[in-house]
Amino acid sequence: MTEPVTTATREAADPRIAGLRRLAIVPAYNEAEAIESVVEELRAFDPDLEVVVIDDGSVDGTSTRAEKLGVEVVRLPFNVGIGGAMQTGYQYAREHGFDLAIQVDGDGQHDPWEIATLIEPILDGRADMAVGTRFAGETGYRAPFARRIGIQLFARFVSLIVRQRVTDTTSGFRAVNRSGIALFASDYPHDYPEVETTVLVHQHRLRMVEVPVAMRTRATGRSSITLFQSIYYTIKVSLALFVGLFRRPSTFLEDQ
Amino acid sequence: MTVRVSVFAAIAALILLTVIFELIRSRRLHERYAILWLLTGGVIFVLAVWRGALGTLAHFVGIAYPPSALFILASLFILIVLLHYSTVISKLADQNRILAQRLALLESKVRGEEERTFAR
Repeated sequence: MTEPVTTATREAADPRIAGLRRLAIVPAYNEAEAIESVVEELRAFDPDLEVVVIDDGSVDGTSTRAEKLGVEVVRLPFNVGIGGAMQTGYQYAREHGFDLAIQVDGDGQHDPWEIATLIEPILDGRADMAVGTRFAGETGYRAPFARRIGIQLFARFVSLIVRQRVTDTTSGFRAVNRSGIALFASDYPHDYPEVETTVLVHQHRLRMVEVPVAMRTRATGRSSITLFQSIYYTIKVSLALFVGLFRRPSTFLEDQ
Repeated sequence: MTVRVSVFAAIAALILLTVIFELIRSRRLHERYAILWLLTGGVIFVLAVWRGALGTLAHFVGIAYPPSALFILASLFILIVLLHYSTVISKLADQNRILAQRLALLESKVRGEEERTFAR
């Protein structure tokens, strides 16, 4: 973990971010318990990081809690699913001209202090999208058995498609530059988007780099994945990956 | 049962599967709504080709002529797809209502603000 740095020093610590407008997109669905600490930690990490909470139709007062903290809250009129919620965040980033967008889950499993490590390849100009992964290094994460097998199979499959080693296709801890924001604002998978976005980025010739980060186990809320959903997840993602092989890029990004 | 009916059923199932694939590829059909259709096409295709299984199935449910079982099964799947669509339409109708309500409230709010601005 990075040493806590006080308020104004984030830009002093890393002059590369000084001119960049940066946004944290926090998708939240019924995360009233966790949302406050997520926002506060983001602010403690970098006070100049703007935060937008995308409330995906929560019914537990998530947005009220977030609004009290003075961050921007976008309330979707009903639950549109994580894909639609994330895309709303990217559209917000595009409309407000942000240079850097970082996805941080509203449940607190992503440690804001790891953002410094996560955005490194983007600041270096080595990547358009950086994905924080639990497996790429010694981060001590162990998922349940069946889930681990599934994650590995998709990782293999995706690695073959994008011709690059991908270890964690399920991570929602990501950062993108302007090209990534433009792509995701116009095209983003509907549900269970993480695996497909990796392929999407590859198809549009953007560069993706995995960054080993430490993640926490969920503090509150429950992992909402039921057996039926895991089966649907597996079929849906496999189908999308397979059909995706026969698809041309749909969004044209202006040349960099 | 003649081979001919199996061949035609298999061809029909393959056409269905191809059309579904192309609809997904061209983004006119979401994966979510394609799964039931793919299952329908897949089951019809397997039973058309694997006539032993179809015979066993027909015998089990008491249908003398196995190809009838194939078409009854196909209609059953269509029934399931339709039922699924009814639930999807219900959800869409709910979401549509919520959107209309939110839009109407937003409009009245904007109008109120405008009147206040002009009154000043």
